[in-house]
Amino acid sequence: MADHAHPSHRADDHHAGDHGSHGSLRDYMVGFFLSAILTAIPFWLVMSGAIADRQASAMVIMAFAVVQIVVHMIYFLHMNTKAENGWTVMALIFTIILVVIALSGSLWVMYHLNHNMMPMAAHDMGQLP
Amino acid sequence: MEAVDHSHWSPLLGRLWWDAIPTEPIVLATFAAVVLGGLVVLGALTYFKLWTYLWKEWFTSVDHKKIGIMYMVLGLVMFLRGFADAVMMRIQQAIAFNGHDGYLTAHHYDQVFTAHGVIMIFFVAMPFVTGLMNYIVPLQIGARDVSFPFLNNFSFWMTTSGAVLVMMSLFIGEFAQTGWLAYPPLSNLAYSPWVGVDYYIWALQIAGVGTLLSGVNLIATIVKLRAPGMTMMRMPIFTWTALCTNILIVAAFPVLTAVMTMLTADRYLHFNFFTNDFGGNAMMYVNLIWIWGHPEVYILILPLFGVFSEVTATFCGKRLFGYSSMVYATLVITILSYVVWLHHFFTMGSGASVNSFFGITTMVISIPTGAKLFNWLFTMYRGRIRFELPMMWTVAFMLTFVVGGMTGVLLAVPPADFVLHNSLFLIAHFHNVIIGGVLFGIFAAINFWWPKAFGFRLDPFWGKVSFWLWIPGFWFAFMPLYILGLMGVTRRMRVFDDPSLQIWFGIAAFGAFLIALGIAAMLVQFAVSIRRREELKDVTGDPWDGRTLEWATSSPPPEYNFAFTPIVHDIDAWTDMKRCGVERPTEGFRPIHMPRGTGTGLILAALSTAFGFAMIWYIWWLAAASFAAIIGYAIAHTFNYKRDYHIPVETVAATETARTRQLAEAGA
Repeated sequence: MADHAHPSHRADDHHAGDHGSHGSLRDYMVGFFLSAILTAIPFWLVMSGAIADRQASAMVIMAFAVVQIVVHMIYFLHMNTKAENGWTVMALIFTIILVVIALSGSLWVMYHLNHNMMPMAAHDMGQLP
Repeated sequence: MEAVDHSHWSPLLGRLWWDAIPTEPIVLATFAAVVLGGLVVLGALTYFKLWTYLWKEWFTSVDHKKIGIMYMVLGLVMFLRGFADAVMMRIQQAIAFNGHDGYLTAHHYDQVFTAHGVIMIFFVAMPFVTGLMNYIVPLQIGARDVSFPFLNNFSFWMTTSGAVLVMMSLFIGEFAQTGWLAYPPLSNLAYSPWVGVDYYIWALQIAGVGTLLSGVNLIATIVKLRAPGMTMMRMPIFTWTALCTNILIVAAFPVLTAVMTMLTADRYLHFNFFTNDFGGNAMMYVNLIWIWGHPEVYILILPLFGVFSEVTATFCGKRLFGYSSMVYATLVITILSYVVWLHHFFTMGSGASVNSFFGITTMVISIPTGAKLFNWLFTMYRGRIRFELPMMWTVAFMLTFVVGGMTGVLLAVPPADFVLHNSLFLIAHFHNVIIGGVLFGIFAAINFWWPKAFGFRLDPFWGKVSFWLWIPGFWFAFMPLYILGLMGVTRRMRVFDDPSLQIWFGIAAFGAFLIALGIAAMLVQFAVSIRRREELKDVTGDPWDGRTLEWATSSPPPEYNFAFTPIVHDIDAWTDMKRCGVERPTEGFRPIHMPRGTGTGLILAALSTAFGFAMIWYIWWLAAASFAAIIGYAIAHTFNYKRDYHIPVETVAATETARTRQLAEAGA
């Protein structure tokens, strides 16, 4: 495929040399083992019940998930600050901003909604003016 | 109306049975007309032996220009359908008074207003905007095609597939009766048991694939394929707005896909994301769909802001005032459009703190938009304004859009919104910005770039007739709705009790009549222009004294757009080249490497239509078979290595020599 029927027809004009790295076998193996370990630990945490508090263990698992995301981005998506003239990092920052807005916004909105719109008990209705 | 029992199911046809054919006389008559008209068109295509031409030159083409034109045709066809729905509503509301029930049953009327909204947003505005970006962006940045030409063809056919499903719902089964965003619990199985909402879901999901992929494609094109010298801050404003729009598409549409998937799980697998019981929360649907829905509004309007910028600069003969402020305003809108979504449901009860936050962000987003308006005004100030049709639409836009924008800021005040929510005031507001912004922008763009696409100008007389029918038509049709909304009339009503309201609906119906004449005049304009194409011919390729690179090539541009990639030194690259007297190269051509057309996009989209139809009607064997076929065909396509070809140097030389001769004659 490499030199044969390459559809991006202008690759030869002025973008030569800015292809990002596609990683080595070593990178993939490191990524694979890190991911496996980062998955095994939360699994073990839940199965063994090592942390008694459910909420605390959920938090720890979330933390492992975040680390896992970073591992995937570095070892499998080959992201670094220089790839594609920094466009990859810009896209990542933009994505993080939007995901944070959408998640925190939804939680905030729904929390207030639940607080304000709890179903009224018959007893409360009688108290209305 | 008697309730029809639709619980029939058979392994072969699923829920599909004779009772799926609607019995309403209006629908039946339309069905008959469509079948007859369709047969005439098919017969004509066969008689004039156009099938091979269409298949080879258009349907399987990966040329961004042809795909752009096909998007515009799709948008225009669906616009006529969506407008027919609008007229039906206006007539119904104008006569359903004093105990008169109107002429539409509730079941039919509810489908009409849902279909109107869905079609106008997803299958009119989106194809128009995508079509424009497809056609113009590669030309403006001096590229030969988009980054992924096959993907582009595939995206177009997926969008068409969604449109086909919506059109099918008119004659086979029913469309959703939920309003254009299909809020649960109404859209859940308990209250919408038959196929209407399923048509809605699958049409949007399939078209959504097309929209998302075309977003990816255009971002890659703008980032990677710009002509040498065109830095980000030398990009034409239309390309900038296209970039921001596509970033919004790529970031927002997955949210819609996810929400639709959850609704699908509720309806098909009896999940409880949005049900009334078992912990479901319908308000979460409203919250999530507007996280997509508000960016969607800016997806529609941003490219048209770009169009108005190009038109204003061109027809005032001046560089756009405040280029960088325009770019930053666009970027600020891109980000801010993600933090205003709650203003669509202030009344849901999130309380004072949440509502005031989103009220303020909504008012803030009007500031960059206002800055843009001043930029256009300052571009016009002391410019040599030529009031050709694109400029007329631009001025009409400025006047109309300002009113729409100000009523929007009114609605951003939560206490006012509590009074106006779901009223006709809201309907008037968003038609004011969507018609006054998006549609007027499309008309400006069509008049502006038609000569580029087809090699001849549009007839100005019929264009002006259309313009002067549209503008009063718009004001007659929507100003009464503001008044009615202030009086408390809610949207989506089929009959009215208070006879004093009738006069306003009568005025609105008159406005719709004027708009209908305006649309007819526009179709006449197209027909007249095609007939007079020799008189209206554009031989220079630059009929308006344009400023950006698309005017540097011939009209219509050759398949390869530019024989040599232009080199850019300034924001208005073509103006700069004209000023410096850059000579067109007339020799030294080289063979040009181009992507080859393929029918795969159309075939995959056809299989997707079959899959969607099977899912809607619970025809499980067909769903499984078509899904397997989609995957199989897509994999098989990856083994197709005949993806490119070279335009021989003789062909390039011949094309360019013909152009040199044409330019010489025009100059003589």
